[in-house]
Amino acid sequence: MTPMRLTAVATLLVLGVAACGGTTRSSVTAAPQEAPASSAAPSANPDAPLKEGIKLAFLPKQINNPYEVIVDEAGIEAAKEFKGEAKEVGPSDASASSQISYINTLTQQGHDAILIAANDANAVCGPLQQARAKGIKIVSYDSDAAPQCRDLFINQASSEEVGRSQVQLLAEMIDHKGEIAILSATANATNQNTWIKFMKEELAKPEYKGMKLVKVAYGDDDDQKSFTETQGLLQAYPDLKGIISPTTVGVSAAARYISGSKYKGKVVLTGLGTPNQMRQFVKDKTVEKFALWNPKDLGYLASYAAAALVSGQITGAEGETFKAGKLGERTIGENGEVILGPPFTFDASNIDQFDF
Amino acid sequence: MGGLSLMGRALRWDVLVASLLVAVFVAGSFTTPGFATTGNLSFALSDLGEIALIALAMTLLVVAAEVDLSVASVLGLSSALVGAMWEGGMAIETIIPLVVLVGAVCGLVNGLLVTRLGLPSLAVTIGTLALYRGLAYVVLGDKAIAQFPPGYVALAVDDVPGTPIPYPIALFILLAVIVGVVLHATGFGRSLYAIGAQEQVAFFAGIRVKRIKLLLFVVSGTVAAFAGVIFTLRYGSARADNGLGIELAVIAAVLLGGVDFDGGKGTLGGVIAGVLLIGLLRNLLMLGDVSTEIQSIVTGLLLIVSVLTPRLVSLIRPALKGTP
Repeated sequence: MTPMRLTAVATLLVLGVAACGGTTRSSVTAAPQEAPASSAAPSANPDAPLKEGIKLAFLPKQINNPYEVIVDEAGIEAAKEFKGEAKEVGPSDASASSQISYINTLTQQGHDAILIAANDANAVCGPLQQARAKGIKIVSYDSDAAPQCRDLFINQASSEEVGRSQVQLLAEMIDHKGEIAILSATANATNQNTWIKFMKEELAKPEYKGMKLVKVAYGDDDDQKSFTETQGLLQAYPDLKGIISPTTVGVSAAARYISGSKYKGKVVLTGLGTPNQMRQFVKDKTVEKFALWNPKDLGYLASYAAAALVSGQITGAEGETFKAGKLGERTIGENGEVILGPPFTFDASNIDQFDF
Repeated sequence: MGGLSLMGRALRWDVLVASLLVAVFVAGSFTTPGFATTGNLSFALSDLGEIALIALAMTLLVVAAEVDLSVASVLGLSSALVGAMWEGGMAIETIIPLVVLVGAVCGLVNGLLVTRLGLPSLAVTIGTLALYRGLAYVVLGDKAIAQFPPGYVALAVDDVPGTPIPYPIALFILLAVIVGVVLHATGFGRSLYAIGAQEQVAFFAGIRVKRIKLLLFVVSGTVAAFAGVIFTLRYGSARADNGLGIELAVIAAVLLGGVDFDGGKGTLGGVIAGVLLIGLLRNLLMLGDVSTEIQSIVTGLLLIVSVLTPRLVSLIRPALKGTP
């Protein structure tokens, strides 16, 4: 056991030395590291034409994720509109570190811009900085990288728009009248709580005076619990006219319950869902409309934003504007974010165009 | 099956892997722009750092006919602990030795189960693979801790000034020299081969088999934990799922390097060539836009060939010589 005893003694010695002060989190955060300013910050020229032959690369979280494939394919299509080249590469698993090698590869291949849905906001930071040092523009989409490591983030939806548009969607279907309830995820889910806050603000407006929010229920993003919570809501509030479930798990569980109950056709359900989960309930008329952002538009916008950066129309500063093809003019907001717009509404007429 | 011809065969396999490495490098330089650049090679090396370090300890174990599959989980546990303690406000100078100590304890547990209870290391370390990864999640959950001190991050990321060699690889070179000397030029090294080839004979020859194996497992855990520190700093992100599955890359490199899973055979030079071959090939395929699926297939086939070829050769050779 001598070697082990030796290790133990050595470790204790090191510990003893280290205990007398050292580098801690507070000493690091006290002096925050400044992001290296991009060399000689160029000024934006909003009238610059989009360059031809721009090389873009999409780096999704995971290559076989149907949602990401739709985003990226739309982005690759968009690149054709401005005579650019685009491709999609990426890892087969969504672990934090698996994107790093790809960032390096794309840097070596000399792309003009890398578009990334980051698996880990910080893990991708170093390699992205190295890419930027070589003049490559970085656009994050879907899932942001740390802001100092990218030029732009294409945000799929602002919290305020998500919250308010859910109420608008439901109000339109129930004629602005009647009792409504919300079926959320967990009681402390950040996203859902922000959306619900904006839903309540929207409901306070005079045009919604005929609508009354009677209950916020929590299905904990668990299919079974959401199912029984829906059942409970409908029994406890017999006059309930509408339910909003701003979570993909909740809305599909609620739809499943309603589709097999006497409430079908009487209670209006809407929320945030994915077309594949909701398709059967739209087809059997349990659900008329639900919302989510349009992944095709997300990829399209990201592609144009990258081209605008590469062409020098924008630098990523707040207030700059650029034209995003058929989506029209977009303005860069706080923290270099561009918001895609209000959520996209899915119904029987368009749901079959989407597979995710 | 004399000792000499056995040595000769192992040597030839090393040379084969090393030649393949050179061939891949030359082919890559001519066919793929951006491959033979300092920036890319430095990155490719840096991406291999943890695997290369762990492979050193794994070589010693496999030569002695044991294996440690829990290394990636020890790496993950170490990363999670670094994250949790850093978030808790401890100094990084305290965290690193503590975490390395935990790694040693993880290795000790593996070693005790194998040597004192006589359990097969494959089974034991599959168990601790799950156990240590589970502990990592208990420690850190789904959180990701970032913002490590820039000075230490630089040590994990930057090149040694004036060279394309990242610091972790410089450490690997240093350790590789030490391990190489120990394995190939000392009595201790020879005793590992003896244990791997004929454990009972080694025991009766006076080699302290159990004690040596225990030491090897402790070394393996320690190295894996230190690799976890490097991994965490290099990615700037402490997570419980860090390094998931890299034990397979390590074992692939060791096998490809010509170390026999039955123990008693193989050289460190072969393993180093194996590590580099897997890393460069992957880098080259990526630069050539070859999809991830094809990359796995290529690595898998290479591995099968590497295990198969020596066996085939040993089957064919006596037949050629006309001896039974």
